[in-house]
Amino acid sequence: MPAEPLVCVRDLSVVFGNSIHAVNGVDLDLAAGEVLGVLGESGSGKSVTLRALLRILPARARMGGSIRVDGRDVLAMAEGEIEDYRGGVVSMIFQEPMLAFDPVFTIGDQIAESVVRHRGVGRAAARARALEMLEHVRIPNARRRLDAYPHEMSGGMRQRAMIALALACGPKLLLADEPTTALDATVQIQILLLLRELQRELGMSVIFVTHDVGVACEVADRIAVMYAGRIVETGAVGDVMRTPRHPYTSGLLSSIVRGELKGQRIEAIPGSPPDLARLPPGCSFEPRCRHARPDCRDGFPAARTLDGGRVVRCVLET
Amino acid sequence: MILEARELRKHFRVKGGGTVHAVDDVSFSVEKGETLGIVGESGCGKSTTARLLMHLIEPDAGAVLLEGRRIGSAQGAMPLREARSRMQMVFQDSFASLNPRLTNEASIAFGPMVHGVPASRAIERARSLLDRVGLEPARFGGRYPHELSGGQRQRVNIARALALEPRIVILDEAVSALDKSVEAQVLNLLLELKSELGLTYIFISHDLSVVRYMSDRVMVMYLGKIAEIGPVDSIYGRTAHPYTKALLSAMPSMDPSKRTEAPPLAGDPPSPIDPAPGCRFRTRCGYAEGACEHTDPPLGAAGEMHHVACLMRLPGSGHSKAAAHAG
Repeated sequence: MPAEPLVCVRDLSVVFGNSIHAVNGVDLDLAAGEVLGVLGESGSGKSVTLRALLRILPARARMGGSIRVDGRDVLAMAEGEIEDYRGGVVSMIFQEPMLAFDPVFTIGDQIAESVVRHRGVGRAAARARALEMLEHVRIPNARRRLDAYPHEMSGGMRQRAMIALALACGPKLLLADEPTTALDATVQIQILLLLRELQRELGMSVIFVTHDVGVACEVADRIAVMYAGRIVETGAVGDVMRTPRHPYTSGLLSSIVRGELKGQRIEAIPGSPPDLARLPPGCSFEPRCRHARPDCRDGFPAARTLDGGRVVRCVLET
Repeated sequence: MILEARELRKHFRVKGGGTVHAVDDVSFSVEKGETLGIVGESGCGKSTTARLLMHLIEPDAGAVLLEGRRIGSAQGAMPLREARSRMQMVFQDSFASLNPRLTNEASIAFGPMVHGVPASRAIERARSLLDRVGLEPARFGGRYPHELSGGQRQRVNIARALALEPRIVILDEAVSALDKSVEAQVLNLLLELKSELGLTYIFISHDLSVVRYMSDRVMVMYLGKIAEIGPVDSIYGRTAHPYTKALLSAMPSMDPSKRTEAPPLAGDPPSPIDPAPGCRFRTRCGYAEGACEHTDPPLGAAGEMHHVACLMRLPGSGHSKAAAHAG
């Protein structure tokens, strides 16, 4: 029997309040050392899925299904256990580094605090580890930066410092929620390449959530495309880019503006994503889909595995 | 020439000392019916330039000429009120630019009513504009901004900008906050409106692909200055400025088998507070030499209608890659 993957999510659902169905049955496997790009637009449930994995959703979110990471049942963890899990086994980096840092403590103190908590070492050793991490993410004058406050750093440097904080205790899984979206183009590519390098070097698994197909192409081994709280297509990044099988994936790829298409109309997907409080009973993409047919409304299509490990949820593939 | 910026300058004092050189002696012109794209990273001055063109902020120096007339309060100048009926703007934040207490049709009708159009006619026109931007007037006219999606709100903003029948529309990151599938719809709409109404666009964006798709000419800005300006095919095909080259190669690859191997630039864009003399890009430029520290490169010819501010392209500049003598 093959070993259990590092991450194993089954039928995950997240409902906010009584009616906002943000995640509606997500299945997801991730092997050790693998990088999964989760691609989706706003409201697709990609960030909520990521936050569910770290169990940092607000109390009013009701979760269903199961999440197993590193052989442990995440949804069943008690408070003390979850604190060991966060930062020790799984870490997260955000679009806005100020979410990860407390503005009144120095960068060095915050990284050291996390190392003391998870590794049980003394202050001096923890500070040495913090310095090592800042050097690792290539912050110039790292020793001096240990005593800097978050607001004293530029956007790109803060992002590097946040990566140092996230990786300081050697997590097996890094969750990245649009970490380069707010950065300037010339800084974004530096951070993407740094993450790619650190991932290879440390051999950790990464789930990288983004709305940007180009970003996913730069970092991911596999891509999962989300729409209205479900993964509609998964596959190797090259396969999905070359031959998208779900109509939403192909619509998304063809609506990306490429400069060389000048003078031609962009093939946009008509309409807008569904209201998560009023999801249609069948396929949630059916109202915008050019291949829609009557049986699309009967229920959400089951996942079907195709050649090369591609998984698609569409009646066209059944 | 429908619009001209002449040596526009805007500096901001910062608390605690220093001056942000947001826009420094920037000159360019826009031809009737064309789309001028403006690209650059944060702090490059692209949004300040747009606000100066609209006179939403007063320039410290320089002038904006609309249809040959200087905009402003001087004698013989075109009054702001008149200029703004000919030039309108759409902003990135679709929510902040609509009054939350006005219905969509009232927002669209507001400008024309201020300009003296009777209410009933203004509302009637607002409804036909809603229809034109793809929002059913009966369904959307009476709704409030918070009842719409981001894409729908940006359509309302476009309708609002068109209500005064402007000749020029400045689009400042107008599609940047939208999801890709919605962005494509709005770009299609903008192109249709342009050819239908004979509009002139100034299209500001950080997205090089979108700018290439939309623009006839492109202006690249860096730290308050023009780095390069020219026809879209020259800027993307015969790129002359090292900064533009870096921007283009920083774009993520859309082909996972051809990933980016090395970042073209290190570090963040420097602060626009009190920039050092000489070329502003020299602190990140791989070709910087002594000459770049002393001479602020002027815009010089790089091809047909194509101008670049780089000493390497300026004969006699003293840069080792420049031709030795002028002429």
